[in-house]
Amino acid sequence: MLQAGVLKIAGIIVLFAIALALPAIAPDPATTNIAVFTMMYVGLATAWNIMGGYTGYISLGHAGFFGFGSYTLGLLLAHLGVAAGYTPFLLVPVAGLATAVLALGIGWFALRTRAATFVIVTIAFMFMLQLLAENLVGLTGGGGGLGFPVPPWSGDYFNTPYYYAMLALATLALGISWRIRRSKFGLGLLAIRDDEDKALAVGVPTRAFKLTAFVVSAALVGMIGAVYGYYVTYIYPQFVVDPLIGISMVLMVFLGGLGTLSGPVLGALILEPAQLWLAYNYGASRLYLVLYAAVFLAVILVLPRGIVPSLTVLIERRRMRTPPAAPAPQQAVMP
Amino acid sequence: MSLLEIDNLSKRFGGVVAVDECSIAVPAGSITGLIGPNGSGKTTVFNMVTGFIPKDTGTVSFKSKPIDGLGPDRIYQLGIGRTFQLARIFPRLTALENMLVPVRRKGLRALFSRADWSDERVRAMEMLEFLDIAQVANTVGGALSYGQRKLLELGAVLMAEPELVLLDEPAGGVNPALLEKIGEHIRRLNSRGITFLVVEHNMSFVMNLCTEVVVLHRGRAIASGKPDSVRQEPAVLDAYLGA
Repeated sequence: MLQAGVLKIAGIIVLFAIALALPAIAPDPATTNIAVFTMMYVGLATAWNIMGGYTGYISLGHAGFFGFGSYTLGLLLAHLGVAAGYTPFLLVPVAGLATAVLALGIGWFALRTRAATFVIVTIAFMFMLQLLAENLVGLTGGGGGLGFPVPPWSGDYFNTPYYYAMLALATLALGISWRIRRSKFGLGLLAIRDDEDKALAVGVPTRAFKLTAFVVSAALVGMIGAVYGYYVTYIYPQFVVDPLIGISMVLMVFLGGLGTLSGPVLGALILEPAQLWLAYNYGASRLYLVLYAAVFLAVILVLPRGIVPSLTVLIERRRMRTPPAAPAPQQAVMP
Repeated sequence: MSLLEIDNLSKRFGGVVAVDECSIAVPAGSITGLIGPNGSGKTTVFNMVTGFIPKDTGTVSFKSKPIDGLGPDRIYQLGIGRTFQLARIFPRLTALENMLVPVRRKGLRALFSRADWSDERVRAMEMLEFLDIAQVANTVGGALSYGQRKLLELGAVLMAEPELVLLDEPAGGVNPALLEKIGEHIRRLNSRGITFLVVEHNMSFVMNLCTEVVVLHRGRAIASGKPDSVRQEPAVLDAYLGA
């Protein structure tokens, strides 16, 4: 038991060390570009899982928070006249805070609904934000987009600060998710997922718990959206408040394992590089959508619980089948 | 002295009057049975007392303080626990985790600290042992038998040390041996000071277990008192036998 725990911690340290050293190991901009987006989705999937995985409330509108965080940072930089460089990264938490306030308002209403109604409400909210971004031309630039200041970094180095920013946010999301999963609050969220009325009957303040998870999840997604905006340097409503971003994070969580800590990370590490590989090899076609559809079907048919829970069950079964090594049989088992 | 006072409580669902100016008093330290034919409003009364459905009129007081309008979680925190007609547990949590969910903690810091504080864990294991289901502590709820779920549900409710427990058909779907065990557990818990309000159709179970009985018919309390005297009431015989 203790040995398994030590191995687990050692594995996490090794993985984190590799993640830290990645820009030095593979400095090629094409690789670091993939690394930025992969780390972005590790953070997004982990953040989404805090709400969708732990409480079972499937939000398909998290792309709205992603876009809102992105626009918030873009507008802050424009109005405060912040120069490009490292300073904009310091304003990322402000974008997270603004997204949290928005999520508090939206969650207050959306969380009065459950199940399919909640899913639809979140989609509606996302499209409302997209429409606002398109139509509030004076504020957001409308369909013409919103520009961010472009840092004066060389092409070889350009991706590196964004990679570390995404890594920091993914680590933050994982840390929060881990802390919640082990806490009394997390146990309450899992109880809500299993049977919300029963949770209420045993004193779980379900509304406050769901709202807290929703706001934390949205704030993290908003911060990641802010770094994304600064990375791509120009954002448009249809690309930053994009349903595909929302669906991607959901699919990654389902693939890796809903409600688990490592599942969303695994899902993102598999799907995002695969998507980028398809994009690099087959041009800007949307072939990856076919991949997503195939993965979605495969998950539903073969791995409805996702990779991590299915593997855990498999290992448990094998362990139970393996006979204990110690006592020798007292009787011959020959026929 | 009454621990729970229900006064003139009414509830309509469209044209159906489910509970009609119903008044019930649950004495502290009692095991009160709430009986009545199907559709007499017993579960609706439970749901209104525990805040699951809003009342139309009337008042509900616990320890002489009104609890109307409070949500189920707040009512639970005041000291009223309940079980459901069909045993409801958290199927993807282990039996031990099921026991830890209802534990009350104070303060935000406590909420974000570990789910299984050692003293809570010890208490949960003691309760599982008391109910004879400690062997399934690490089994997920969904893999338990119906009888084990019934016991787990009761145990989980008791983790918050409620003063009053509302049991909705504890004998439903339970074999005679387990039924006897459940009855014994209720008596032992009652002797420790927990008051029970029990909805049940199994008359011999109610008559043997309860110290007080209230009979509901068409949403109204038509009789109340000691089991033996209630059994003889003409109104009760009418309600049950349709005479």
